[in-house]
Amino acid sequence: MNDNRACFLRGMKDGIPIATGYFAVAFTLGITARSAGFSAIQAMVASLTNNASAGEYAAFALIAAGASYLEVAVMTLVANARYLLMSCALSQKLHPSIPLGHRLLIGYDVTDEIFGISVARPGYLNPWYTYGAMAVAIPGWGLGTLFGVIMGDILPLRAVSALSVGLYGMFLAIIIPPARKSRIIAGLVAVSFAASYAVSRFSLLDGISSGMKTILLTVVLSLAAAILFPVKEEEQQHDA
Amino acid sequence: MTHNIWLYILVMAAVTYLIRVTPLVLIRREITNKTIRSFLYYVPYVTLAVMTFPAITEATQTPLSGFLALAAGIVLAWVGVSLFGVAVVSCLVVLIAEFFLV
Repeated sequence: MNDNRACFLRGMKDGIPIATGYFAVAFTLGITARSAGFSAIQAMVASLTNNASAGEYAAFALIAAGASYLEVAVMTLVANARYLLMSCALSQKLHPSIPLGHRLLIGYDVTDEIFGISVARPGYLNPWYTYGAMAVAIPGWGLGTLFGVIMGDILPLRAVSALSVGLYGMFLAIIIPPARKSRIIAGLVAVSFAASYAVSRFSLLDGISSGMKTILLTVVLSLAAAILFPVKEEEQQHDA
Repeated sequence: MTHNIWLYILVMAAVTYLIRVTPLVLIRREITNKTIRSFLYYVPYVTLAVMTFPAITEATQTPLSGFLALAAGIVLAWVGVSLFGVAVVSCLVVLIAEFFLV
């Protein structure tokens, strides 16, 4: 019992820098949600139930364009597909005796950051450590989104324009450091930029929504990379 | 064609939760298929790259300021600036650039 309490407190401590980062990023996400027609409360509920930056952003952008529920579901699936891999890795960190209830709870907040600190714990993971981090990080994420929607109404256009690139800055901070370490990822990122630009300029594809273009590009390019450059086990370990 | 935002939220939340919880509940062994592992490994990089460009140049008041933020973000992330730092500086670059451009 004492051990669980200590783990929870340690998780809360490690969750503080995550929460502050979340607040800032979620703020820019709130601006996107507002432009998709979400109220402040709706955007906060979306963040509290999703806890996914890229996935939420992609869905908001699609909703803003009037996409169908199915398109939003497929986009969410693709944008968050990486969590499937993270959860697979995290399942190896849970003692086989950990009951279903704990597995259902941990699964609520497998984000890049929470996964990162959880998988880095020595030995089997005590779920209470992850709960401690979640208890701090999730409110930061939800409140950031809430304030993003509210302040987005008040802020001048100049400031909204500046804040709207914050999320892209965060995306770059996720993809560029691994690209520095791996020439394959660097090449893949460059090809993705070029392909995305080409598709956006190719007028024959105007009938396809931008979200569907993202889905198709992701599946095609990732699959091509997986076939051409299968990943060795050691490389995947760096990704945590 | 009107859509209900709460239904959108429900769809997003359900899909996201299922992605995360399914492996934790079902898979007690590691995925061994190399192509599936590699595909899942590459997906985040491609998705985020595709969503970033050219969208970043369309999110700002002028394409050039978005492009400058992209260049600054790549350089800063390359030299190891934190996630939070890259996001903040990207915003500042746009703010400063648009004082001259807009």
